[in-house]
Amino acid sequence: MKTLRQVGIVGYGAYVPMYRLNAAEINRMWGTSGAPVEEKSVVALDEDTVTISVECAKQAVRRARIDPSLIGAVYVGTESKPYAVKPSGTIVAEAIGATPSVSTADYEFACKAGTEAMQTCIGLVGSGMQRYAMAIGADTAQGRPADALEYTAACGGAAYIFAERSAETVAYLEASYSYVTDTPDFWRRAKEMYPRHGNRFTGEPAYFKHITGATKGLLKETGYGPEEFKYAVFHQPNTKFPITVARSLGFSVDQINPGLVVGKVGNTYAGSSPMGLAATLDVAEPGDRIFMVSYGSGSGSDAFIFTAQDALRDKRGGPNLKGFIDRKRNVDYATYLRHRGQIIQ
Amino acid sequence: MRRVAVAGVGLIPVKEYWDRSLQSLFAEAALKALKDAGTDKVDSVYVANMSGSFMQDQINMGALVTDSLGRPGLPAVRVEAGAASGGVAFHEAVKAVASGYSECVLVGGAEKMSDVLPEAATTALVMSEEQEYTAYTGVTQAGLSAMLHRLYLDLYAEPAQVGMMAVKGHDHSVGCKHAQYPFRMSIDRAMDSPMEADPIHMMECSGVGDGAAAMVLVPAADSGVEVVGSAVATDCCSLAIRRDPLIFESVRRAAEKAYSMAGVKPDDIDLAEVHDDFTINGILSLEALGLAGWGEATKLVAGNATDKDGKIPTNTFGGLKARGHPLGATGLYQVAEVALQLRGAAGDHQVPGAEVGLAQSMGGMASVSAVNILRRFGV
Amino acid sequence: MSVPRYWRNEVPRYRLMGRKCVACGARYFPAQPVCTCGGTEFEDIKLVEAGEVVTWTVIRSPPLGYEKYAPYVVALVELDDGMRLLSQVVDVDPADVKAGMRVEAVFRKVREDGPSGIIMYGYKFRPMVE
Ligand SMILES: [Zn+2]
Repeated sequence: MKTLRQVGIVGYGAYVPMYRLNAAEINRMWGTSGAPVEEKSVVALDEDTVTISVECAKQAVRRARIDPSLIGAVYVGTESKPYAVKPSGTIVAEAIGATPSVSTADYEFACKAGTEAMQTCIGLVGSGMQRYAMAIGADTAQGRPADALEYTAACGGAAYIFAERSAETVAYLEASYSYVTDTPDFWRRAKEMYPRHGNRFTGEPAYFKHITGATKGLLKETGYGPEEFKYAVFHQPNTKFPITVARSLGFSVDQINPGLVVGKVGNTYAGSSPMGLAATLDVAEPGDRIFMVSYGSGSGSDAFIFTAQDALRDKRGGPNLKGFIDRKRNVDYATYLRHRGQIIQ
Repeated sequence: MRRVAVAGVGLIPVKEYWDRSLQSLFAEAALKALKDAGTDKVDSVYVANMSGSFMQDQINMGALVTDSLGRPGLPAVRVEAGAASGGVAFHEAVKAVASGYSECVLVGGAEKMSDVLPEAATTALVMSEEQEYTAYTGVTQAGLSAMLHRLYLDLYAEPAQVGMMAVKGHDHSVGCKHAQYPFRMSIDRAMDSPMEADPIHMMECSGVGDGAAAMVLVPAADSGVEVVGSAVATDCCSLAIRRDPLIFESVRRAAEKAYSMAGVKPDDIDLAEVHDDFTINGILSLEALGLAGWGEATKLVAGNATDKDGKIPTNTFGGLKARGHPLGATGLYQVAEVALQLRGAAGDHQVPGAEVGLAQSMGGMASVSAVNILRRFGV
Repeated sequence: MSVPRYWRNEVPRYRLMGRKCVACGARYFPAQPVCTCGGTEFEDIKLVEAGEVVTWTVIRSPPLGYEKYAPYVVALVELDDGMRLLSQVVDVDPADVKAGMRVEAVFRKVREDGPSGIIMYGYKFRPMVE
C-alpha cells in the first residue's frame, strides 16, 4: 500500500515500566525450567495501558516539537483496556492536550492493534485528512499463572506521530502491507481474566504464516530484497520466533538485533513490534532503511518500510527506550502478583 | 464590648464510648457545665463538632443537641473549623456574650471517633485539607505534619528532642481523670514505635477517642475566670503555597491579636494548652505563639520549661497526645483545662499561682487557628 | 469521588495547568478565583514538569481509597519554575528519597472508585530519567 502524499514519522516515544520478573523466579515458583525470555517487565501499582500510552505519547510530542492541539487523531491499540467500555484514547488525548479537535478510538487486534492504528494514521495523513495523527501500541499483557505465556506477558508501549513527509520527518514511509486470515490461535473471551491459546498452533499456521505472508507481499510490491534493509523488526513474542522467521526470510540476526528487546522486557503484545521499531530508530542513521512487521493473533500481520532522515539524529534526544530498559528493579513473584492486582486486598 | 466570664465547666473522660451516642456525650458535658455554673438560663447554644457529618452522617447538630438537652426552642448552631472547631466555637460564644446579644451561652464540643474504623478516621482528618490537590495525593494529616517534621529536623533538632513533646504530655497526664492515656511513656518507647508517616513515629501521634467538653459563658461580674483575649485566624490551605511552612502563620496572627486584646505578652502567660496532635505541631505551635523562639521550642520542652513548675507549663493535663484528641471537642477541653487551672481547681495538675492561661487549637495544617486567653480576676 | 468532581479537574491534573494573575503576575496551582492582590483575571500557565524534592514523607496508614498503594512517598516538590506542589513520588524505594532529588512529572493512576467505578488519573513525580 502506498499513500497519495508521502507520509513519515515526525516523533516517537517508547516506554517500559521499571519492574522486572526474571524467568528464574517463575521457575522457582512452579518448579519449571523455561526461559523464552530472560525477564519481563511488570507495571507499577499505579500503571495501566493508559498511563503507559500517555508516557509514550508525551515523549512523541516532545520529540516531534509540535503543538499537541494540532494532533487530529489518537488511536490506542491494546488488548488490555482499563475500561471494557470507555475509550483509552480520550484519556490520552486529554492528557497530551490534543482535545477537542481530534478523532479517537481504541483498536483491538491482539498483538497487532498498535500497527493497525499505525496503518489508520498513515491513511489519514496520506489522504490529507489530518496533519498529525498518533498511533499507540501498548499493553499490560495477561498470562495465566503457570501457563507458558506467564514467562513473557509483559507491559510497555510505543507511540508514533505521523505527518506529511518534510525535513521534520525522522523516518518516512515507503510502503505498507497487511495480511489477514481468520486463524483462532489465541483469544480471550469477554469477562475472562486470561487469554487461551492453541499452544503449538500459534506457531507455524499462525505467527510464521502471517509474518511470512506480509513480508513477502511487501517485498514483492516494492521490489526490495532483505539485504537492502539496514534493520528489520519482527513481532517478538519471545526471543526464538523473530530470529527463526527472520532467517527463513533471508534477514540476518545483525539486522534484527537492535530492535530485539523482548529478552529484556518480554512480550508487550500490541507494544511489541512498535517498541522494536523505536529501539531501532534510537540507533539508526539517516538513510537507513528499516523493515518492520507485526503479528496479531486471530490473525494478521502489518508490514512497513521506513527510511530514516536527518531529523532523526536531532530529535531523538532525551531518555530513550534503552534508558527505560536499563532503569529496572527485579521483583519476586509475590510482588509481581501484587502489581498485577492479583492479591485480593 | 462586654467582659465575658466562664461560669461553668464540664468535661467527660476521653475514651471509647461504644454504647453511647454523640448527643449523649454532648448532653453529659453540657449538664455538668450547667450544674457547675448553677444556672439553667441558657439563651443560646454553640456546638463544636468536626466529623459528625462523616462519622455519624449527622448534620444540623444545633437542633439535635438542644433537643437532646430537653431544650428545643433555643437558638443553636454547629461550628466546624476542622480540629479547631472547639476553639473557634468558644470564640463565637465569647462574641455572642461580649456583643450583648446573649446573656448566657452554652458552648460545647463533642466528637465520636470510635464509630468508624481507623482508616476512616484517617480519612476524616484529611478532610480538613483542600480535597482536589492536597488530599488527592493520598497524603494524610500525619503525612503533612511529617513533611514539616523533616524540615524541622534538618534545621533545628534531633528526632528524640521533638519526641519529648509527647513524653512530657504523658508525664503531665498521670492522675488526670479525663485523660485517655494517663501513663508515662519513655522517649525510647516513642522512638522505637513504628513509623506512622516518616519521620513521625506512631507514639508521637494523638489517638482516636470520644469526648465532650462544655462551658457556660456569661457577662463578667465580681470574680472568676474572664476571657480576656479571643481570636481566630486563617492561612493558605496548602503547605506548598506558604512562604515558610515551618511558621504557623494562622497561629501567629491569632496569638498576636489575642495578646493585644488581653494586654499581655507571651512572657505573661502562666500556662498554655497547645495543639500537639503530632509532636511537631506542638513544637511549631509553641514557636508561633511566641512562647519559644523560632527553632527553640524543643530546648524549652527538653529543659523542663514546660513542666508544671517550669517557665511556661504546657499541656498540663496531657495535651492532645495523652489527654486525647476528640477532634471538634478538643479545643473546648483545652479552654476548660485552662479555666480549671485559673480557678485553682486543677488538683495534682495545678500550676501554682496561675493567673493567665492560653489555649491554642488548629484545624488542617494550621490553615485555621483559634487562640483564647483567660485570666483569673477579682480574687 | 463523584464523576463531575473528578472530571472538572482533569486538565489541571493531567497537564499541570495553573493560572497567572493578569494584574500582578502571581501564579497559582491549583487555580484560585481571586488573587491576593484582588485580581480576578487570570491566564493559563503550563507548569514546568521537572523539579526537586523539598521535603517528603512515607504514608504507611493511608486514607480510604489509597490502601493498595501503601506504603507510598508524598513530597513537597519545587518545580524549576519556582512553583511548589504536593505529589506522590513513585518508582522509588522510600529509603532512597533525598532532599534535592531531581524528579519529573508522570501520568499515573491515583485511585479507583472500586472495580466498577471510574479510574482516576493524575500527576505524580518520579526520579528523573536521564
Ligand atoms: Zn494578583
